[in-house]
Amino acid sequence: MTSERTPGPQVGRSPPRREARAKLSGRAPYVHDLVLPGMLHGKLARSTRPHARIRRIDTAAARAIEGVHAVLTGDDIRQLIPQPYHGPAFHDQPILALDKVRYAGEPLALVLASDPHVAQTAARLIEAEYEELPAVYDEVEAMRSSAIVHDVLKPAGTFPDLKHLAGKRDTNVALDFHLRRGNAARAFEHAEHVFEHTFKTQQVLHLPLEPFVSVADPGERQLTLHTASQSPSFVRIEIARLLGWPENRVRVQVPFLGGGFGAKVYVKLEALVAAAALIVRRPVKVALTMEEQFYTLTKHAATLRIKSAVDAEGRISARECEVWWNGGAYADIGPRITQKSGFTAPGPYDIEHVSIDSYALYTNLPPAGALRGFGIPQLVWAYESHADMIARALSIDPLAFRRKNLLREGRAQATGTLMRDAALDTVLERLAQRMRWDEPFERGSGSVRRGRGIGIGFKASISPTTSVAIVSVSADGSCHLLCSTVDMGQGSDTAMAQIAAEVLGIAAEDITVVHPDTDVTPFDMATLGSRSTYHMGNAVKRAAEDARDRLFALAAELGLAPETTPIPEIFRRKYGMQAGNVVGQGSFVPSYIPTDHASGQSSDVTPFWMVGATGVEIEVDTETGQVKVTRLVNLADAGRTVNPAIVDTQLSGAAIMQLGFTLFEQIEFRSGQVANASLADYKIPGMHDLPPLIENEAVTAHEHGGPFGAKGVGESGTFAVSPAIANAIEDAVGVRVTALPITAEAVYRALRASRGEPLAQ
Amino acid sequence: MSTAQRIIRFTLNGEAIAASVAPHENVVELLQRLGLHGARESCGQGLCGCCTVRVDGLAVSGCLYFAVQLDATCVDTIEQPFGEDGLDEVQQAFAQCGAFQCGFCTPGFVLMSRELLAANPEPSEDEIRHYLSGNLCRCAAYPEIIRAVQLAARMRRARS
Ligand code: FES
Ligand code: FES
Repeated sequence: MTSERTPGPQVGRSPPRREARAKLSGRAPYVHDLVLPGMLHGKLARSTRPHARIRRIDTAAARAIEGVHAVLTGDDIRQLIPQPYHGPAFHDQPILALDKVRYAGEPLALVLASDPHVAQTAARLIEAEYEELPAVYDEVEAMRSSAIVHDVLKPAGTFPDLKHLAGKRDTNVALDFHLRRGNAARAFEHAEHVFEHTFKTQQVLHLPLEPFVSVADPGERQLTLHTASQSPSFVRIEIARLLGWPENRVRVQVPFLGGGFGAKVYVKLEALVAAAALIVRRPVKVALTMEEQFYTLTKHAATLRIKSAVDAEGRISARECEVWWNGGAYADIGPRITQKSGFTAPGPYDIEHVSIDSYALYTNLPPAGALRGFGIPQLVWAYESHADMIARALSIDPLAFRRKNLLREGRAQATGTLMRDAALDTVLERLAQRMRWDEPFERGSGSVRRGRGIGIGFKASISPTTSVAIVSVSADGSCHLLCSTVDMGQGSDTAMAQIAAEVLGIAAEDITVVHPDTDVTPFDMATLGSRSTYHMGNAVKRAAEDARDRLFALAAELGLAPETTPIPEIFRRKYGMQAGNVVGQGSFVPSYIPTDHASGQSSDVTPFWMVGATGVEIEVDTETGQVKVTRLVNLADAGRTVNPAIVDTQLSGAAIMQLGFTLFEQIEFRSGQVANASLADYKIPGMHDLPPLIENEAVTAHEHGGPFGAKGVGESGTFAVSPAIANAIEDAVGVRVTALPITAEAVYRALRASRGEPLAQ
Repeated sequence: MSTAQRIIRFTLNGEAIAASVAPHENVVELLQRLGLHGARESCGQGLCGCCTVRVDGLAVSGCLYFAVQLDATCVDTIEQPFGEDGLDEVQQAFAQCGAFQCGFCTPGFVLMSRELLAANPEPSEDEIRHYLSGNLCRCAAYPEIIRAVQLAARMRRARS
């Protein structure tokens, strides 16, 4: 739409990422780099007890250190903000601990100094006197424990799909989700075969290499936050709510993120720096260390019980799932995870009778939240392990068992919502072909045994959530795209520019994408749950269409040919010179019908379905239990891919991350204390952990509601990695592991047990 | 603390520099103070490579290297410009292969890859993995990084 119109299709090509040069020359901006005049650095003192009443916090020694500007505790925050509690589901998390601490590592006091080393030294001198309370750590125990993490629960009322949350007393259950379809109990009575298994997953960490960091700048009329956040619009609303201010007095700016993976959603350090900056009237920066990330947000550990009724032909007729989510001390978005993932707990199978009970629980561990998959990898771990265990018991090929039971297009899923544009069958068949499933497989010899395994999972997207975008065309025909989607590495800037460019008939490279700044870029719920391509993509498409339509209308009004007149000419004719703007706006909110509270039924729980499948070939060393993944095949339905190269990177990136969660990553707790809070003791995948063969494929598909047929894919690669590996281990050496991570020790123990020579615990 | 400050002189990306540094200051802190942000502290333990800089041609972890140790050395960082468009073959290859996501680890990988190719112009895939195994990428852009190093090797050979 500049003088150079129609440079060819923009969606479906892979232009280099627009920030490539900046990131490759060390010039891409991150909050980490930000220094403001007069800025103070804040360092936190943290609770040493998992559950205790605070008798006294002694800050005198810290205050006495030369160079310490101020020391703030929860009481100081309460002077500024009478109700200093935040959270997306419950307003349960204090900015700094008040009255009691609920996990070891909880922020207790903040030391401010110009020199971060001084602040750190002083923070170590802060001591508290506690009255210890009984603590609970296990999610299943938390159901019945007399240790109560929160005396009263106060729902936030933020999200329409969590509106039914009620205030409760004397329980650790933050949310319970129930689904009943058909009559599972009766079906079990008449079942040919009944299988029941329990699975466990562990706490792991997002561990973005850029740890959490936020800066607050208290201006004259407006407070500005520079923050590594995936949800700038949410942060603005939540900080304004805490301060009792209108939204326009809080400004939130987000440059690039050094990784997010779900960690940097909602409020993390923002309320703390905002309060501190307003109290001391100076800019305040809090940058966490790698260690402190372990005390900030983890991924839910879960216990999953799954029971199936299967007929003589291998068809699943009924399934019962119970899931207990270990939410830690603050709910964060756990209730939503519990509910949304509850929708698909029985897996991508056509099952007539279903019963699901899913519980979000409070415990005295660091809070858990969203981590790439929003609960789905935990569920897929259970139902895809379970699938192979059933198939094996009935001597049915695992692929054939899945084919027989797979949910097909147009069939109702457990919630009653029909499956639409979910390429489950294509994904499964392409996986089978790539794995050459029908061909003989070389099984190894001696102490090295080979096996292969598959898994497939799906996810309901997040709904109802809002995205707004603006496209502004300048008088020379160049364009700005304003949207609050955060590019945290997933390449959204490039993809959004491609979508706008496709509509406008210009090259994606010629569009400037304005980074999130709530004074400038319009509202977006958040960058999470693989929602941006679909939700924001639709908003961007509509904004670009609106801009184009307005330009065409302007041309017509001036008597010019809309399609062929160069844009600068339209502006010149209108304004007599190079001047003016044409602004297009678009917003998108998918439809959603809340599930019935008792039955969990709804005809519309999601605007689109995500599908991900994994196949692996592995080697197991029977003398050590060591598992080596030699081939990793990642399949997904991403609809029509906007940028195939980026989709590819998302698939293998997600799968490799999940590989770490599967084989070795685990936060170790001893009596509620994190025992391995550093990169030295918590290993993440490196070059040597990479399978020699990695293949990615986004199958040919089309999402009817997506922009140009596209949908999200950032999480799909995680779904089925863990069960595929466990299934391959059983295939190789005949033992079954039901708890993550699948360490060499776990496999070796299982091998010894299977030989009748179990190791002592 | 000012009493213990020391003046050091060194060459930074080809330019002579003098800086006053505190004894506890590390290389990352000094560079950030000088307005160079490409080397960033992440793990603070010498395990991730996000803070990589090259001192007299050798890659070091800036988080564990005291600024005073830079006295009379030659320091190269990711900000060092190359050729006409400012990027060398390694950077060009990383851009072409999309060998990054969030970019936080990227400067470290680029500097290490450059060092690898200087020592070994035709590395095998195993050699690439081995050489880069001290750098971590949580976004796991590893497959693309390996492809980028291979491409950069080809580009360098084509040039010489
Ligand atoms: S920050 Fe220096 S190696 Fe990680
Ligand atoms: S690109 Fe994000 S850590 Fe490597």
